[in-house]
Amino acid sequence: MTNRENLFKGFVKENPLFVSVLGMCPSLAVSTSLENGLGMGLGVFFVLTLSNLIISLIMSNEKLAALVKPVRIPVYIVVIATLVTIVEMLMHAFIPDLYKSLGVFIPLIVVNCIILGRAEAFASSNTPKDAALDGMGMALGFTGAIAIIAIFREFLGAGTITVWGNLVINLTGLFDFIGITPIGIFVQPAGAFLSFGLILGTITAIGNKNAAKKLAKEALANG
Amino acid sequence: MDSIIALAFTAFIAENIILSQFLGICPFLGVSTKRSNALGMGFAVLFVMLISSMVTYALYTYVLEALDIVYMRTIVFIIVIASLVQMVETFIKKVSPALYKALGIYLPLITTNCAVLGVAILNITKEHSFGETVVYTTFIGLGFIFVMYIFSMIRERIDKAPVPKAFQGIPIALIVASILAIIFARFGGIV
Repeated sequence: MTNRENLFKGFVKENPLFVSVLGMCPSLAVSTSLENGLGMGLGVFFVLTLSNLIISLIMSNEKLAALVKPVRIPVYIVVIATLVTIVEMLMHAFIPDLYKSLGVFIPLIVVNCIILGRAEAFASSNTPKDAALDGMGMALGFTGAIAIIAIFREFLGAGTITVWGNLVINLTGLFDFIGITPIGIFVQPAGAFLSFGLILGTITAIGNKNAAKKLAKEALANG
Repeated sequence: MDSIIALAFTAFIAENIILSQFLGICPFLGVSTKRSNALGMGFAVLFVMLISSMVTYALYTYVLEALDIVYMRTIVFIIVIASLVQMVETFIKKVSPALYKALGIYLPLITTNCAVLGVAILNITKEHSFGETVVYTTFIGLGFIFVMYIFSMIRERIDKAPVPKAFQGIPIALIVASILAIIFARFGGIV
């Protein structure tokens, strides 16, 4: 695979959230506003890129790999937990508001299945460069997916889109124009399940349609 | 006494671990297709959660805080949980083969279940005493079993329902979960 393929496959084709349906807990919990979603994405980006890189470096060294292989899952977990602790401390120091609103979900990046999944499925059997690119792509795909859910929920639930800090796009005028109020349920926990279910269903429908089109085209080409 | 009852009720319904805190969604969607599986997973989680919360509480209070290395929390907790799961598995296998047969296949899955680590950390951030930790964790675990059981019953019926093709499987399960979450959120008003 080329560098470009390694980086971009996480965006759409193998999107961790919408296609593999991994890492559900954080994406449901922090998608109440775009700011939280992007913050979570930032944390995952840092951890996933570096954990893929470090694990790939360990596993591509023959001597080290032989030593690590029987206990590789605990080794991965310790590497990931160390990186998560670094993220936790950096966020606490530099963006305390975000640290507070993400709460327990920052330490829980450790048990995010995307990270352990990529370590086992990709990083352990590929070169460090490929692994780092794969990590970046997957993390960006994850961030993008959370951002979509967050925009959907925040717009319908509160009529605003909080991009970062004080940068808030206020769209309540649109609701006033139509003469309805924002639907509060979308920013509540129930709305998280509902939004994710609707978005996932829509994406599957589009995917099915494209697959059917492709099949029809192939059938036509084959006569 | 009142506060203990309130704490138990909050943990069981109002702050239900799946429907309002979004922890343990993977087993919630993955293992809830059959009632027996849901119960097996539920009890395995309750068991591990209770033991690991007590152990992590003791470690945090008497080792991490005493040595002033609180920042090691995440690393220590995940290692403790991973090794505890392994120990529990070996222990049950030796002592009660019947219980091992019922819970055995669910135990390895629990290491990466965010509910267990989540509750251990929540007990610390909420500054619970040891007694509160035990009550809170027990009722969080019971709430997990309760929701898993209800949800698995609904899913057994959804399997036979005419759901649009694109919504089959996880999307429809999520929409059902959202209706359950609305019901549970309303019960929260009682506390």
